[in-house]
Amino acid sequence: MALATQRVDVPVIVDESKCLEKCTACIEVCPLDVLAKNPETGKAYMKYDECWFCLPCEKECPTNAITVQIPFLLR
Amino acid sequence: MDTQWMKTDVLIIGGGTAGTMAAIKAKQANPEGEVLILEKANIRRSGAIAMGMDGVNTAVIPGNSTPEQYVREITISNDGILNQKAVYQTGKLGFGVIQELESWGVKFQKDAQGEYDLKQVHRVGKYVLPMPEGKDLKQILTRQVKRHKAKVTNRVMATRVLVKDGRAIGAVGFDVRNGDFVVIQAKAVVLCTGASGRLGLPASGYLYGTYENPTNAGDGYSMAYHAGAELSNIECFQINPLIKDYNGPACAYVASPFGAYTANAEGNRFISCDYWSGQMMLEVWKELNSGKGPVQLKMTHLDEDTIAEIETILWANERPSRGRFHEGRGENYRTHGVEMNISEIGLCSGHSASGVWVNEKAETSVPGLYAAGDMASVPHNYMIGAFVFGMLAGTNAVEYVAGLDHVDPDPEFLEVEKTRIYAPLTRPSGVPHTQVEYKLRRLVNDYLQPPKVDNKMEIGLRNFARYHETLDLMGARDPHELMRCMEVHFIRDCAEMAARASLYRRESRWGLYHYRVDYPDKNNDEWFCHVNLKKDDSGNMVLFKRPVEPYIVEVDLEREVYDVAVR
Ligand SMILES: Cc1cc2nc3c(=O)[nH]c(=O)nc-3n(C[C@H](O)[C@H](O)[C@H](O)COP(=O)(O)OP(=O)(O)OC[C@H]3O[C@@H](n4cnc5c(N)ncnc54)[C@H](O)[C@@H]3O)c2cc1C
Ligand code: SF4
Ligand code: SF4
Repeated sequence: MALATQRVDVPVIVDESKCLEKCTACIEVCPLDVLAKNPETGKAYMKYDECWFCLPCEKECPTNAITVQIPFLLR
Repeated sequence: MDTQWMKTDVLIIGGGTAGTMAAIKAKQANPEGEVLILEKANIRRSGAIAMGMDGVNTAVIPGNSTPEQYVREITISNDGILNQKAVYQTGKLGFGVIQELESWGVKFQKDAQGEYDLKQVHRVGKYVLPMPEGKDLKQILTRQVKRHKAKVTNRVMATRVLVKDGRAIGAVGFDVRNGDFVVIQAKAVVLCTGASGRLGLPASGYLYGTYENPTNAGDGYSMAYHAGAELSNIECFQINPLIKDYNGPACAYVASPFGAYTANAEGNRFISCDYWSGQMMLEVWKELNSGKGPVQLKMTHLDEDTIAEIETILWANERPSRGRFHEGRGENYRTHGVEMNISEIGLCSGHSASGVWVNEKAETSVPGLYAAGDMASVPHNYMIGAFVFGMLAGTNAVEYVAGLDHVDPDPEFLEVEKTRIYAPLTRPSGVPHTQVEYKLRRLVNDYLQPPKVDNKMEIGLRNFARYHETLDLMGARDPHELMRCMEVHFIRDCAEMAARASLYRRESRWGLYHYRVDYPDKNNDEWFCHVNLKKDDSGNMVLFKRPVEPYIVEVDLEREVYDVAVR
């Protein structure tokens, strides 16, 4: 199979300056399991573009580092 | 890839609304018994009520209504096809559930006298109980699951129920983070995996921009089918009137008691009742096709205090990103109606009637296998119905397992299932699940979205039957992608069931949900029955009529036709 990598605009934005290295709260609560830690920076990011814009990640973040936007196609 | 083996008395698959309640009730019935919840996500924030709920849609509260009145209401709105005994359970036992939830800290709206503040949204009775502070529902349930000492395994997705000698004896699945193969032996299995919410493709094209929580891909429908259980009323699709593009509830159930209403572009009412039904959806469809659309939820005529109150409810609970959606478009309830659209199709008995066949004890047709919530065929059951049937499944499963032993699963079956699950990982450069899913769901839209046309559905069915070949091209690079691939398998099964059941019932019923152009009329002489389907011994999907159980509440369906058109 020939595959190409395409860019996509993802709805979840993490303010890295606020994200705590030891925390995984947003990753644990996401019902779609689409958030992960960047192993290099220790910061959370949206790894898969599969979001229900439901907001538990934003709500449970202890430092308000997360902003969920409405996914681009719906916005 | 390691294999994890687990053992429990009662296994609950899906720890959402019904599943958490099933676990709590199983533990209350027998604190010594072992109860395990297997959850694909994390029960703290999973499923339809991840962010709470705007209100209870089916509250039968003494002094306001009776279970008999409720059964009548649902019988008429579901065109007579239902097991009244099952619906009666929701009417009878729902009040106790509400009181117990309250004792755990869930808040329901009360009036100045401290009485439950019920609203009328249904055609006749008052069954909607607002929960403006309902946002913490799931954390409260999670706390009770822990307090009752039920075990929870998060981030494991079940893929098949284990069956031996016609009896459910456990389940298999895999860990969606580390990829481990998971085998659970159980004496009874309760399926609570929610709706088939990723069947049609949303008009936005975003695979996860669904009404239902998109983790609910029809997993339980497919698992029950492969376990040999009967499914019922699959042709009675779920189709909802939703905020265009956002695809969530607008929500008329909250706003209409405040004076909001559904209107056409001219601002005129065209339906007399905002309660969701196939008949209502047919009126919306007609209005949109008559050039009088778009259809809107109209609030512009309300005063500032009322609008502010509606906003507080709608933007804090259930689908709290509604506020930012409207803001992003520069729209406001004060100045704009909320543009509504007809959703893509799904399967869900919480809203319509399509689900795994259960009786009034939450038993499926396979011994030891129970089902509850959106995936169990109790019409219009909504959240309280999920709690009630979770409760029934949990307590009846505990009774069933008494004296039973664990049974060893068939090693050959485990090998075959393991190979099926992990196949996409053997071709990491295979077609991505996103494309395979997009095409499948686009075909669902093209061929199954009502009005249903025979020739189109036949083409759809051929495509779905052949889609096994496409599934075999799918590749995954990690356990997360594998989860999505396995969900596409479930979606394919649901698509085939939806096509076959729709072709089988040769009449129209339930308004838009089963509007067949080739058979536009209701035909009670031949079709006053359920259409059930199952997998037969040679692995074929067979369909058959199942008679409607004798009514326990008398309803004259000739006289009481559900009609919400404004003429
Ligand atoms: C947006 C929205 C608004 C609603 N508004 C209202 C309302 O105002 N009032 C009302 O009464 N009802 C409302 N409903 C309906 C009500 O929420 C549902 O009927 C009810 O919550 C369904 O409960 P459930 O247990 O069947 O599903 P859920 O609560 O969705 O639970 C399903 C669980 O199964 C898990 N799961 C799925 N597949 C697997 C698998 N393969 N392995 C392991 N776990 C799995 C999921 O992660 C999830 O936790 C609404 C529904 C939605 C979607
Ligand atoms: S909004 Fe919901 S689905 Fe999206 S990342 Fe946050 S928790 Fe996950
Ligand atoms: S919850 Fe907030 S702080 Fe914690 S990992 Fe996520 S973004 Fe970082």
